[in-house]
Amino acid sequence: MRLTLPPLFVINLKRRHLLERIWRVVFRSSTVIGIIFLSLLLYNITNQSFGYVAEETKIDPDSLSVNGVPLKQLTVLELRDILAKNISSGRLRQLDRENPLLKMSNTEIYNLVWAEVVKPEIKASWSLYDSVFNKKKVFMEVAIKFPKAELKFISWINPVFLSSSQSSDPLKAGIRTAILGTLWTVFLTLIIAFPLGVGAAIYLEEYADDNRINRIIQTNINNLAGVPSIIYGMLGLAIFVRALEPITSGTIFGFSTPQSANGRTILSAGLTLAVLVLPLIIINAQEAIRSVSNSIRQASYGIGATKWQTVWSHVLPGAIPGILTGSILAISRAIGETAPLVVIGAATYITFDPNNIFSKFTSLPIQIYQWTARPQAEFRNLAAAAILVLLAILLSLNGVAIYFRNRYRK
Amino acid sequence: MPISNNFRYAIESQNINIYYGDFRAVKDITLRIRQNKITAIIGPSGCGKSTLLRSFNRMNELVPSSHIDGEIHFMGRNIYSPDVDPVEIRRSIGMVFQKPNPFPKSIFENVAWGARINGFTSDFGRPNMDVWVEHCLKRAALWDEVKDKLDQSGLSLSGGQQQRLCIARAIAIQPQIILMDEPASALDPIATLKIEELMRELAEEYTIIVVTHNMQQAARVSDFTAFLTMDTDRSGILVEYGETNQIFTNPHDDRTEGYITGRFG
Repeated sequence: MRLTLPPLFVINLKRRHLLERIWRVVFRSSTVIGIIFLSLLLYNITNQSFGYVAEETKIDPDSLSVNGVPLKQLTVLELRDILAKNISSGRLRQLDRENPLLKMSNTEIYNLVWAEVVKPEIKASWSLYDSVFNKKKVFMEVAIKFPKAELKFISWINPVFLSSSQSSDPLKAGIRTAILGTLWTVFLTLIIAFPLGVGAAIYLEEYADDNRINRIIQTNINNLAGVPSIIYGMLGLAIFVRALEPITSGTIFGFSTPQSANGRTILSAGLTLAVLVLPLIIINAQEAIRSVSNSIRQASYGIGATKWQTVWSHVLPGAIPGILTGSILAISRAIGETAPLVVIGAATYITFDPNNIFSKFTSLPIQIYQWTARPQAEFRNLAAAAILVLLAILLSLNGVAIYFRNRYRK
Repeated sequence: MPISNNFRYAIESQNINIYYGDFRAVKDITLRIRQNKITAIIGPSGCGKSTLLRSFNRMNELVPSSHIDGEIHFMGRNIYSPDVDPVEIRRSIGMVFQKPNPFPKSIFENVAWGARINGFTSDFGRPNMDVWVEHCLKRAALWDEVKDKLDQSGLSLSGGQQQRLCIARAIAIQPQIILMDEPASALDPIATLKIEELMRELAEEYTIIVVTHNMQQAARVSDFTAFLTMDTDRSGILVEYGETNQIFTNPHDDRTEGYITGRFG
């Protein structure tokens, strides 16, 4: 017998479409909000990285010209005379000791005169926004407050900034030491963490049995990836800086230059960051290895390959783009880490380049942190410029990761 | 039934039981596979055909929870005795899988790799690798189609060609037995026919054991047929084993008859 039923469905298309529209608006606004925050960040940084500065010189360079020949075109001897006339004899002797004046090239001694005699000094700086949209106000301010100053539009990122080391004079301060420190540390991190991480991932995915102990290890690795980085800093301080000091300071290898600093060295930093990114590399590499199709493994075993031959010839080639992408992203994280380096005692003010793994060091994030903490406004501009450099490094690394992913993807 | 150690048989299983965890997938199967013949294993889905096939070259032990008891004799040895190396067994007993699975390497490398890792040597007047790869590809009836593009990826071939490449890869390691797990089920009828012709040719040189869902295929291609079905506890049992002709025209067991006439399974 057939049941006679009333219509079971009410037409509710309108309501369903309305709901859909509402959700679309919600999702779109979350994207928009995210983009707004990112743009604010970028705006804030670029705003401080470029703009007008009011520069006052102690002595007008024009007044130093000899017989109408401008400073720039004077000979070495003439420039030396200017130096001798304008600075104390002690300072002159000191400079001569550091670098014999008469053996200098024209530009070198010209730069020296500029730094020692002309002594430009920044009196005030303005943001990019003010420099572009409130030009009149800037000019007025300079005219009233710093009548002697010259108004210049400068980029805080410039060759001098990139190639000078730290200085207390914002015009001379640069990030060379910090970039070198970052490169050394990250290189060390990479060569320690990459082989260890990939090795552990291969073991966990291909060799380890699925038993209780291995599951516990796996869970712990996943948890370690979420541990706050400052904890790794404490670990690094206790183990690498303190306990392993003879090794990390290089004293047992005979390195005891003034540049080595009781274990607070590039080696300690590299090891600490390596431990920090190790779980990330392991997890990413495991993911990549797991994504290699099982049928390839079967095919390989089926023609009498051993486990190692299978892993080496088929699993790793298939997993390598994923492993590289994951590792590069992990390394970008290491580049941006500040907290653990603060804890293990990265130097905040050094002026010499690191030259081996037992050197004292600073790094870009540390440098940025240190500059933002300074009272002078100019250092904030420097910090913004350094942030741009850091962002550029990170973006190019991520670009490399994307390149690898696309290149190997079928 | 005692082990015969008779060389008319390529491989003999003796009362094997295969378990996945607590579940018994294959129950008490004793099977003697004839040398240089094609033996088809047929039966309904889930009756343990593939499991049984994969136990012949110890591929099944790659499944973490599986274990096996009973003996499988090959060349006068129990392949499950502790002193036998599964890697060596898999070199002598090759395998072709259901889904064509060439390596993501060149066609040449697909064939050459297995030979190379197993210690292929071309000393003392033996053929060199180029000659050997050509031979295997010819044997797999693929040479004419790929001889101009040996350096292209194996994945660039069509499904049927890929499967023949997998067969070439399997024979490149000079096995004595080739196991085929539904080798044509992912292919179109023409490619299937090619694979079947190829199997007939290869049977002159190798013993072939083929698992198939396709009863016409079993009837067309095989010399012997084993019919498996599920017991009441869902584990696979061997119902009937004999010459293909007899199984398909005059089955002794009602369950076989029911299956091949399509009444069940």
